[in-house]
Amino acid sequence: MMNYLFAGLPLLSVQSWTYILVGLTFSLYIFIAIWSRASSTKDFYVAGGGVSPLTNGAATAADWMSAASFISMAGLISFMGYDGGVYLMGWTGGYVLLALTIAPYLRKFGKFTVPDFIGDRYYSGTARLVAVLAAIIVSFTYVAGQMRGVGVVFSRFLETSIEWGVVIGMLIVFFYAVLGGMKGITYTQVAQYCVLIFAFMVPAIFIAIQMTGTPIPQLGFGGTLEDGTFLLDKLDSLHRDLGFHEYTSGKKSMIDVFAITCALMVGTAGLPHVIVRFFTVPDVRSARLSGGYALILIAILYTTAPAISAFARTNLLQTVYNEETKEHVEYKAMPDWFKQWEETGLVAWSDKNNDGRIQYVAGPAIKGKTPVFAEDNGANGERLVTNPDESSKNELYIDRDIIVLANPEIAGLPNWVIALVAAGGLAAALSTAAGLLLVISTSIAHDLLKMQLMPDISEKGELLAARISAAFAVVVAGYFGINPPGFVAAVVALAFGLAAASFFPAIILGIFYKRMNKEGAIAGMVIGLGLMLFYMLNYKFNMFGPTTADDWWFGISPEGFGTVAMVVNFVVSIVICQFTPAPPLEVQQIVEEIRIPSGASEAQDH
Amino acid sequence: MEENNLQNKEAHNKKMKAYWRENLRYLLILLVIWFLVSFGAGILFAPSLDSIRLGGFKLGFWFAQQGSIYAFVVLVFAYVWLMNRLDKKYGLDK
Repeated sequence: MMNYLFAGLPLLSVQSWTYILVGLTFSLYIFIAIWSRASSTKDFYVAGGGVSPLTNGAATAADWMSAASFISMAGLISFMGYDGGVYLMGWTGGYVLLALTIAPYLRKFGKFTVPDFIGDRYYSGTARLVAVLAAIIVSFTYVAGQMRGVGVVFSRFLETSIEWGVVIGMLIVFFYAVLGGMKGITYTQVAQYCVLIFAFMVPAIFIAIQMTGTPIPQLGFGGTLEDGTFLLDKLDSLHRDLGFHEYTSGKKSMIDVFAITCALMVGTAGLPHVIVRFFTVPDVRSARLSGGYALILIAILYTTAPAISAFARTNLLQTVYNEETKEHVEYKAMPDWFKQWEETGLVAWSDKNNDGRIQYVAGPAIKGKTPVFAEDNGANGERLVTNPDESSKNELYIDRDIIVLANPEIAGLPNWVIALVAAGGLAAALSTAAGLLLVISTSIAHDLLKMQLMPDISEKGELLAARISAAFAVVVAGYFGINPPGFVAAVVALAFGLAAASFFPAIILGIFYKRMNKEGAIAGMVIGLGLMLFYMLNYKFNMFGPTTADDWWFGISPEGFGTVAMVVNFVVSIVICQFTPAPPLEVQQIVEEIRIPSGASEAQDH
Repeated sequence: MEENNLQNKEAHNKKMKAYWRENLRYLLILLVIWFLVSFGAGILFAPSLDSIRLGGFKLGFWFAQQGSIYAFVVLVFAYVWLMNRLDKKYGLDK
């Protein structure tokens, strides 16, 4: 049925196509890096400060959309249904906060980094240091996840080991981040946005046509299937049949959904690698506009992702369950993709009731997080699983990442589309990694060396230091990509909580509350960050003894706790500020000035 | 001359205060809408909105996974437009 797609395209294997597409896109990134080398610290930190709003919008979108947005998000939503909305609303709604309440003012402030702002606004080296530490912690946790993403894509599509995948990714990022700094990163990110959005949309459009007869996934999402029922109604009824929670209504408590959404929004607005992108445009007006462009470009992916989730979920359930006969389908009747992904360990089946059919129902299929396979095969030829959870009837384990990675195969799309997904996943991971590495290198070279330890360092020396710290950061990130501490995945989600609990209140109060002083801000950041870390360690990693969801404060999960820590930060800051001296006049003057987009010194000129 | 300068400065400060107040008013209105489309329609009122249908969507679900995002895009561009107009009014657009 998809034969017309092959017209004019040679029939190559998925792997050949992947080599071609990944090779082409990587050459493009390297070409851009050489063409846009940085020659000054201003080039290196903020791309010379003359980037156009649309260019910055596209670069911001790529910077922002990580391997998690591209590879994992649609899969997560596919398994969470309505509750997955926390990511959609959280990660786009945070942009509204950023564009309205932070970006224009920090652009007017006109320095290079977030710690610059915190340090100057709170006239304190301590405040700057706290901000530098928070920026480095947030960025490192986040970047390790990106390098891991690069490794996973390489190992799946090019059959290299994850380690080699990470090394190749490191070399590419090393090349253009170290050479080009922010300037190189900006223009490669624009190219990476184009690659990733194309790679995301092509399969989505084909699947929307196949399933709902419309090329627009956002409409197909609310459209009807071949038999005339609405897609979402079909999905709800399949879910009810198999004992799952209804797809369109939530399983999490309302207060937790509220808190997680809020923590993700506020965390997004406080992420240093995104904020710093707004320093690259020429003026306040462009900063506002580029926020708008970035959000549109992000919204294209974010409104498509939940549609993919619903399509893929329906496809998957209809593959293993026959709704008309109410029968579970035999393992032997599974399509090729099922067995291929079983080979990678992302799908696993253990025939608990020995009927040869795949019972996919609510409940855990295995004990622990991932399936452990035995050497030999079972009666139906399946890979035997050694850790099935016999307390549940569910026999099927599915890794959520498969939803985006395998969707084109499940839908029977041609090989080049499948390969495109690999190139897109790499673009998403590399662009975000580069943005984060730049924050780390700037934090070290500018905020620590130049502003704290060696104020007399020359322009050339600072540029060299920035390059060396970028190189250092690449190596550390690569190390964590190859040897991920078990908690990386969990910490990435919590990085938002940390950003929400530390930066956001200090920045907002710094702009909107002139009386805010250093005592209040530092106390707020330290207590907010400390509380968040404590809650994380206690309830997520059980460092102080075992805990369950019943122990959570107000029923709020560690992912949503950033909201509480942020509120505490605000309250502490404001209360302490009342009992300590007001900031000096020249600082209040800075606040007055950042509130006015231009011409602030008019009166003094007369 | 000294006095003239002082008067100018005071008038300018007053103008900038007025500019900031209008800016805050816009922010407040936009952020209330921001809250209503996401936390309101997508979370707090989602269960009751779900009894209304929008094609194949339940309305609360639609707001949580589609509608709020469209509204966000509109809000950011509304902000750009309002602020550019405000800058012009106060002669800050150069």
